[in-house]
Amino acid sequence: MADVSLMKLVKAYDRTEVLHGIDLNIEDGEFVVFVGPSGCGKSTTLRLIAGLEEVTSGEIRIGGRVVNNLEPKERDIAMVFQNYAIYPHMSVRKNIGFGLRTAKMPKSDKDKRIEEVAEILDMSALLDRKPSQLSGGQRQRVAIGRAMVRDPAVFLFDEPLSNLDAQLRTQMRLEIKKLHQRVGNTIIFVTHDQVEAMTMADRIVIMKDGYIQQVGTPAEVYHKPANTFVAQFIGAPSMNMLPGAVNGGSVRLDTGAEVALGHRLESGRRVVLGVRPEDLAPDIDGAALVEGQVMVREPLGHETLIYVGAGDAEIIAKADGRLPPELGETVSLTADPANIHVFDAASGEALT
Amino acid sequence: MAVAEEIRASSETLLDRKATRRPANLGQIIRWTILFLGGILMVMPIAFMISTSLKWPHEVYNLNLIPEEPTLDNYRYVLEDGRFYWWFLNSLIIATITTLSNVFFDSLIGYTLCKFRFPGRYIVFIAILSTLMIPTEMLVIPWYLMSQQFGWLDTYWGIMFPGLMTAFGTFLMKQFFETVPDDFIEAARIDGLNEFQIWWTVAMPLVRPALAALAIFVFLGNWTAFIWPLIVTNSTEHYTLPVGLSSFGDEADVAWELIMTGAAISTLPTLIVFLIFQRFIIRGVVMAGLKG
Repeated sequence: MADVSLMKLVKAYDRTEVLHGIDLNIEDGEFVVFVGPSGCGKSTTLRLIAGLEEVTSGEIRIGGRVVNNLEPKERDIAMVFQNYAIYPHMSVRKNIGFGLRTAKMPKSDKDKRIEEVAEILDMSALLDRKPSQLSGGQRQRVAIGRAMVRDPAVFLFDEPLSNLDAQLRTQMRLEIKKLHQRVGNTIIFVTHDQVEAMTMADRIVIMKDGYIQQVGTPAEVYHKPANTFVAQFIGAPSMNMLPGAVNGGSVRLDTGAEVALGHRLESGRRVVLGVRPEDLAPDIDGAALVEGQVMVREPLGHETLIYVGAGDAEIIAKADGRLPPELGETVSLTADPANIHVFDAASGEALT
Repeated sequence: MAVAEEIRASSETLLDRKATRRPANLGQIIRWTILFLGGILMVMPIAFMISTSLKWPHEVYNLNLIPEEPTLDNYRYVLEDGRFYWWFLNSLIIATITTLSNVFFDSLIGYTLCKFRFPGRYIVFIAILSTLMIPTEMLVIPWYLMSQQFGWLDTYWGIMFPGLMTAFGTFLMKQFFETVPDDFIEAARIDGLNEFQIWWTVAMPLVRPALAALAIFVFLGNWTAFIWPLIVTNSTEHYTLPVGLSSFGDEADVAWELIMTGAAISTLPTLIVFLIFQRFIIRGVVMAGLKG
């Protein structure tokens, strides 16, 4: 096991810089998830840590050791790829044992280690099968087994669940989390799926355009987003954004509504108020944040998502699954000021 | 019982379908006729080769397909002539070494051009490909001069060296390696294998059909090669089979019945190789075409 430190990490392809000075410390045994949209630099960061790409500038330390100039095999890491990368011409046993090819240990020890890993992953009965005879989930487990067999200091997962169907993805998510609790190694996991990030991570690193936007626990990034990007990226459906201007101790929204704030900001400043759909509730005391007609309903069983047209904006709210408002019905919605996030309109940075 | 009835019902349906199959339309008839004629065209030279090998010398210029007095004397003569075995062995050695060399070097170059990023990679690839446009006839003179200067005339090495690596093989293998996901290579790199081990242990087994196709192409090409072995060899003990067979007869006459007999015998190994590996050839050609 080992900690991982990234210091002013820069990666450029020719003159195009794709990572702009990443600073991050990952604790020993921590499960960290890199999340962000396509092209945000999360996979590139992972590949730099793995040694599959050369660092343009900056430093990577694994277990306190600078690894910039070390080959992947010398970094004490193992990686699970999106496409599994299990060799079709080898049996499960050979695939799992592949990582031990270069290990200097007796064959009996290697066999024992393979069987131990297969048992942890519940694959003992499948050891002599070829990958083509396995399901998607089993193949993914073989890929994880191949990483586990070497007992590396750090596990790197590059979108390993993207090729699985929704049900299997949920199952594998749980299995990887259990595996982490069992083996306790440091895990760096890359995904574009914020649900995966929220459910698995000790800490989430949210990236965009080669910059880290926020690092924090799932609760922190959800409840205290650092900027509008994080606020909208984390959580489904996305946080509603309502532009307005500060007016003393309140904000006058562009829709005309007046919202009291818990603290004072300079008057006239343009801001954006963020409210999560689940924090919007029917207004009963005449202090509506949003008022408009229900344009679309999306029943989900236990709740119904309603899309409310408020001026030019479309606001999403969660309504009771049994008694949702009718289509075309005018609804007034409000939110507890404690659950309203305030962002600077120009920079998008959180002001509360 | 119900199951039996169901089966009977379904088989009757099938029979009905067979019975009511539509008669072939004009287009189909034309297609089959063209294919049939094409087939005949392909088979005729082989049929004449076998027919001639069973004829007496006086009957050779008679174009009938069935010999009037069939004989196996030609086969007896060729097989009892010690030179035939020698030429056969020469061809076998040369074709085998060239094939192994091509499988090794073409795939190594193809892999390098496909999986490594280095300056000039594209130029190197284009340079290799461009050699495909130069006909062998143009290369024969430079090869000969080179062989003369290095003392390779009338040697096995002299016969083999132009074909030890081929642009076609490199191209074929490069296209096949494109189908090997980079994740495989990177996973092996992380697992601690060096680049040569990755190529040998991971990449090569994944392109086996291409290797088989390449091996067959190269083997057949060298087995039937004529012009270059004819030019570079002088002594009969260095002749390959096609060159040796062409030497049957004397200055006054060509012994076609013996040439055809030798050709018929020499076809057997290639026929066997082809029958065993033909699915790889088809796959190899299709892949090369698709990925090209």
